[in-house]
Amino acid sequence: MEIIEALKGLKEVRSLEEKEDAWVIWTERELTLPLMKKLKELGFNYLIDLCGVDYLNYKSEKKNFRFEVVYHLYSLEHRILVRVKVGIPEEEAWQYSVSHIWSCANWLERECFDMFGIKFLGHPNLKRIFMPEDWKGHPLRKDYPLNIEGEEEWETYKKLVERHKRKRGDAATH
Amino acid sequence: MSELICLLICSVILLVIALLHVAYLTYAERKIIARMQQRLGPNRVGPRGLLQPFADMLKLLTKEPIIPYGVDKNIFVLAPLISLVCAGSGLAFIPLWSNFVLSNANVGLLFILALSSLSAYGIILAGWSSNSRYALLGGLRSAAQVISYEIAMGLSLLSVVVMAGSFNLGDIVRAQANLPWKAFLFPQIIGFVVFLISAVAECNRVPFDLPEAESELVAGYFVEYSGMRFALFYLAEYFAMLVMSGLAVTCFLGGWLGPFSIPGLPFFWFLLKLYAFLFFYIWLRATLPRYRYDQLMDLGWKLLIPLAILNLFLTAIIKLLV
Amino acid sequence: MQPLIELEKRQVGEEAWEEPFFLNMGPQHPSTHGVLRLRIELEGETIVNCEPVIGYLHRGIEKLAETLNPNQCILLSDRLDYISSVANNVAFALAFERLMKIEVPRRARLIRTIVSEMARLCSHLLWLATHALDIGAITVFLYCFREREWLLQIFEKICGARLTHGYVRVGGVRRDFTPEVVEELYEFVRVFPERILDYETLLDENRIWLKRTKGIGVVSPEKAIDLGLTGPSLRGSGVPYDVRKFRPYDAYDEVEFLVPTGKNGDTYDRYKVRMQEMRQSASIIKQCLDKLSETEGEPVLSEKAPDLLLPKMRKEVCPMLTPKGKVVFRTRKKEIIPKGEAFASIEAPKGELAVYVISDGTDTPWRLRIRTPSFVHISAIPYLAKGHMIADLVAIIGTLDIVLGDSDK
Repeated sequence: MEIIEALKGLKEVRSLEEKEDAWVIWTERELTLPLMKKLKELGFNYLIDLCGVDYLNYKSEKKNFRFEVVYHLYSLEHRILVRVKVGIPEEEAWQYSVSHIWSCANWLERECFDMFGIKFLGHPNLKRIFMPEDWKGHPLRKDYPLNIEGEEEWETYKKLVERHKRKRGDAATH
Repeated sequence: MSELICLLICSVILLVIALLHVAYLTYAERKIIARMQQRLGPNRVGPRGLLQPFADMLKLLTKEPIIPYGVDKNIFVLAPLISLVCAGSGLAFIPLWSNFVLSNANVGLLFILALSSLSAYGIILAGWSSNSRYALLGGLRSAAQVISYEIAMGLSLLSVVVMAGSFNLGDIVRAQANLPWKAFLFPQIIGFVVFLISAVAECNRVPFDLPEAESELVAGYFVEYSGMRFALFYLAEYFAMLVMSGLAVTCFLGGWLGPFSIPGLPFFWFLLKLYAFLFFYIWLRATLPRYRYDQLMDLGWKLLIPLAILNLFLTAIIKLLV
Repeated sequence: MQPLIELEKRQVGEEAWEEPFFLNMGPQHPSTHGVLRLRIELEGETIVNCEPVIGYLHRGIEKLAETLNPNQCILLSDRLDYISSVANNVAFALAFERLMKIEVPRRARLIRTIVSEMARLCSHLLWLATHALDIGAITVFLYCFREREWLLQIFEKICGARLTHGYVRVGGVRRDFTPEVVEELYEFVRVFPERILDYETLLDENRIWLKRTKGIGVVSPEKAIDLGLTGPSLRGSGVPYDVRKFRPYDAYDEVEFLVPTGKNGDTYDRYKVRMQEMRQSASIIKQCLDKLSETEGEPVLSEKAPDLLLPKMRKEVCPMLTPKGKVVFRTRKKEIIPKGEAFASIEAPKGELAVYVISDGTDTPWRLRIRTPSFVHISAIPYLAKGHMIADLVAIIGTLDIVLGDSDK
């Protein structure tokens, strides 16, 4: 197919592999933005999904980077699904934002930041989306504790509990 | 002295009848809409749910009256009363029968119009004093709505006044006695339609229930009210419906006049026409979606008011020529 | 819209004009369809700016799924879009089936198609009901609930639950249709198209309804794709993208149906598209029922389907570090989903629901990513609402057909 040939011809594509449900493209972080622009020109105009993956302590395969950002792009014209994977190192957990290429990436990137702590450079409004703004940690990271103990609880919740206790105390004394 | 006592008794009777009407209007509304929507409606309290209005009333009366923190207390308490009094007292001028009108004032029509404009103050003040943004928006919408629809309504009624040559509602009815069908309905059909639409808007009923638009402003101006104060607003709305329907019957459908008189039931024709109007209100509510604020203004200023003015001119010219 | 207040501000020059009027709509509000909060900046009643705030229903389904086996994940998916939960079940099951390379029997595929379309009808009926209610028409609301109730009762006969069905499992469905269900579905499909006419007579010729929906929330086709709109919201703009046609799953390649599209991309077109879709759904159910009789007596669960209770596996203790350096031990069962990744997307009633699973070979997925339509649709609200009035905002929320359980995960 022409479009696959065109994909192979892109110099930003590090590797291209056919899986049963999609074509998987590996690329590097620095090449993300030019690649995405070219893909959009090729007709991959619909960004289905953008998500992060954490490969901490991943046993079954050797991973060079701790995080990955995975883009699913679809071409309505050619009916081809493409999965673009970008590795993100743990120490520099950031990625270029594609929100100016696809508007819907705006919230998807915010979600990724909220859940994995991957910062998106050039994002217009990068703040938490699901978790409260003063939340500590990023829940979908593999080292995020499954049980939170007393002193690590959410500050606002602790304050609420204290206020409630104080009120009840007041009511009891009166 | 005896006249005064007579008047007092009459007003008490009228008030009781009106209150009963309001109570059973809510019941009828729920039953009729339920019927239209293929459900049952109230059917638990009393036979066929007939005692439901009293149960509701008791519930609202015994609820704790909550005044939220941060409201302007005096106005907050006063607003529902203004609304109710203005909406309810219009009833006194409507002649139920040639021998039964509480206050046979010569400017009865004007007075009713004035009162219905005043009742908007209750809504605006409620919206303002609640110190809540939804309530404020509801109050503002109500102010704009009342101002624009008042004009159309006034103009359409004015052509009736031109026809009858009097502001006295009893005289207006008597003026209709010689007409075919004993009503101003046909000579004043444009005026009637304009009046009908603006009366619905005046009572804040669907499709013009913007001040309380539930899906947008939660409950609009009375969002902070509860218990008895809430019930007063509710009562005011239904009183306003009664007054507007009564006015429509008096001015356009020939009041107590009927094709033949029924001995022993002097109010029969009046009440029949009144109920037809109330049914119309309820029917509208079950059928129509809500207008948007600017569309409502468009309808009022660009359609109803020009129509009413046109109608007034036509009426005046014909009156001059004939 | 030309802001009139700008002029006043210059003339009056008072500080009172400088302060914008903020309205906080939700999270408790009758027409935000759940715990959606909108922070609106108003000028009169015109919306200058609007910022959706979500997360009030966040339950961490993606994180929870990492501790559950595939069939348990499917039960979790019921809680996403709780109005059409079977559709979510199907999406999850498809992803795991692709990963585990399980072929689903034809009868199961037909049954899944039927229940998916029933879920679509449920969802669209509820959408029409609430959308009409938001705009003020209360009667349509109850008419729609009448048919929805019927569908829910059929669901109850199929799987015993009304809302959170959990009917689909990896490799097929839980149980076969009984003859009564098939009969009742035939009856439903026969009656339903007439009922759609009922709703349309109440709305289509109603001038107020037309005024309230035409020209509201207009999206051009290019912008709709850019905003990531899917499902009927995208097709209302005239883009004929439907996962059922583009990447057929289950038995959708066996049935014939049309993909209705709109022209102007406004609220009215999206309403029309959904109404047409309901008719198509009824026809799909009918075709599937006809085909179902050919497969009488065949199994509805693949032989390779994993057991509901996975067999006990070798346990492995893996240390996990907390941010403070503490070591928490967590046991994992070494097993059974093949290593690799799989992506499955379906045409859920509200749009495209995509599930992306990564497995490391244990019995639980390493990562399960859910792309929900409501999440992306809510992010489009500011674009759609700008310049409209509060009343239109309610119509726009309605027309996008969002469910907060879906968006907040």
